Amino acid sequence: MNVQVAARPTVQSANASKLAIADGDIHPQRNSYKDLFPYMEQRWIEMAKTFGSRPRQAYQAGPAYPKSQPNASRRDAWPPEGGRPGSSLPFLRQQLLDENNIQLGILNPTGDNGASFQNREFGAGVAQAMNRWVEAEWLIEPRLKGSIVVPYEDTEAAVAEIERWAGDPRFVQVLMVTRTANPPGQKQYWKIYEAAAAANLPIGVHAFGFGGYPVSGSGWPSYYIEDMVGHAQSAQSFLASMVIEGVFERIPNFKMVMIESGFAWLPSLAWRLDKIWNRLKVETPHLKRAPSEYIRESVWLTTQPMEEPQPREHVLDALDWIGWDRLLFATDYPHWDFDDPTQVLPMPLPEQQRRDFFFNNAMKLYRQA
Amino acid sequence: MLGGAIDCDLHPSVPNLRALHPYMTDHWRDIIVQRGLSELESIAYPANSPLTARPDWRPEGRKPASTLDLVRTQALDPFRIGTAICNCLYGVQLLFSEDMGAGMARALNDWMVAEWLDKEPRLRASIVVPVQNPELAVDEIERLAGDTRFVQVLMLVMGDMPLGKRLYWPIYAAAERHNLPIGIHAGSSYRHPVTPLGWPTYYTEDYAAQAPAFQQALSSLICEGVFSKYPSLKVVLLESGFTWLPAHMWRLTKFWRGLRMEVPWVDRAPADIMRSNVRLTTQPCDAPPDRAIFQRLLDHMGSDELLLFSSDYPHWQFDGDEILPDGLPDGLAKKIMFDNPRATYARLTETV
Repeated sequence: MNVQVAARPTVQSANASKLAIADGDIHPQRNSYKDLFPYMEQRWIEMAKTFGSRPRQAYQAGPAYPKSQPNASRRDAWPPEGGRPGSSLPFLRQQLLDENNIQLGILNPTGDNGASFQNREFGAGVAQAMNRWVEAEWLIEPRLKGSIVVPYEDTEAAVAEIERWAGDPRFVQVLMVTRTANPPGQKQYWKIYEAAAAANLPIGVHAFGFGGYPVSGSGWPSYYIEDMVGHAQSAQSFLASMVIEGVFERIPNFKMVMIESGFAWLPSLAWRLDKIWNRLKVETPHLKRAPSEYIRESVWLTTQPMEEPQPREHVLDALDWIGWDRLLFATDYPHWDFDDPTQVLPMPLPEQQRRDFFFNNAMKLYRQA
Repeated sequence: MLGGAIDCDLHPSVPNLRALHPYMTDHWRDIIVQRGLSELESIAYPANSPLTARPDWRPEGRKPASTLDLVRTQALDPFRIGTAICNCLYGVQLLFSEDMGAGMARALNDWMVAEWLDKEPRLRASIVVPVQNPELAVDEIERLAGDTRFVQVLMLVMGDMPLGKRLYWPIYAAAERHNLPIGIHAGSSYRHPVTPLGWPTYYTEDYAAQAPAFQQALSSLICEGVFSKYPSLKVVLLESGFTWLPAHMWRLTKFWRGLRMEVPWVDRAPADIMRSNVRLTTQPCDAPPDRAIFQRLLDHMGSDELLLFSSDYPHWQFDGDEILPDGLPDGLAKKIMFDNPRATYARLTETV
């Protein structure tokens, strides 16, 4: 133990930024509900004005765990013309796309998007408006592609939303979060996955969300840092549910991307699931293969926030064990824990591997190649 | 294999609640009989689930590990165990009544002394505490701490609140005062679903969820500042798995770098705190299929002092005599079986 690998340079060569980059996680941000009103039915406008979103958490506005920065944003991401970070397409073009040579950017409109409101019908109305807003105000930039916001706690409405956009090639993914109200592998959600698979769209599962249950099996922690770190644990339970319930076995062509939940936990989870499944197989006869096989075949992960061990090279082992073809670079713009493509990897990679990691894997998964 | 090793996680089982009757006060015995309680077995280990007991450790007509003879002939003798720490998993922490929890914990600990520790010198035990009420939990620690055959305080990884919460600190203060590590075992009092996504369908998921629960318990203990307040406190994760540790170290340490303003009392990197104050038992070992990967993973842990040998008897974690994870270097195996447990449990080297 305590074996150190040889010291290596810890920064990418300067011309790394000239690589074409695919960014698996960009957050377009609306300034207020009013931005959505042009895309919203009148009754939902009234609902938004009168009662607000009422997600499954305590505050009308802002998160229950105060973030480290206003809107969890990079301090330099406030658009010069005003508005919230991530709300200006011209500034996002300049600061993110042009500066980092991002040729493909996946938009994930998370947050107050209707997906997990207590009032599900209202939530479905807001989700629909979010997609119209993204289509009209963001997908005019050809480098950006959309994720379909779906009210996943209302299966029928979610399927309808997928079908509404399935024929539009500018939408390349269906968006869920890691904090669903019930274990996501359970039957009530299957029709959503079937609709996504039928439309050739992966499900993107972003960290966060308000499912209603505490992030730990021991209840609510005290701090934002625990909530943030807890996304990795939530993602583990999400993936375990999907595997053990047999979603990957039951639905051919189903693909899933875990977004912003970390990735280094995956190998250990896969080993653990294999071991437990071997012992308890009698409980899950619907599984025909070892859990790790389903994961290897059907799961992708975005890499932000990149794990940073000491020494940093250790993270390459985790990437090796997952499989370099299953990892998608992401920045999480405009958020404070942004990953910079020129700094994110602890050592230079062979050219082909570098191109796959930063670009080709995403182009292939999202059928852009 | 080297004889005389220290097994840090062995589970004698309570035959049934009646077996505790002699150790209850009259009040609690009357209540138990009057209200018709016959068992306190948790759903964490369904009786006939394969994992709950190895097939060759299931005696006809009796619970596995429910007699001293079974423990001797199936675990202590064949594995040549020198000392074993008994962690009794009877579900006293699951009761909603604080008073009944305390009454049952007390009976359980006295049963442990009379039926096990007094009869078998190779055995040591953890003090089971009524975590439902930290004040009563401290009383139980104080009542038993004078008996040096109790070497640890036992809690479950999932309870009412995250384990680092200040409400629990009197337990940690008492443990530190008496040189007792806190043993945190897999399991839940089921106050909340075991996953952040609600109650899972399958037992398989419940057991898988223990590993994330341990990760969150470490986040809580570290971020709340338990190790800043009680720097010599050791926490031992029991039946936790350990291959998840490096990834969690990395993630918590990274976020600490970005968010330490929120928890300014955390004055060292979480990875360093884990290496100095946290220990993990070897069963179950969620190991990779490839030995070279396992070796890398041990390197990632960054210390050879983290692991403590355990059998997890009678749970079915391994077959035959493959009690040690495959692929441990010899020197490390010896550390895990002898040196690390001795360094962790000061009371093991004291004269009884």
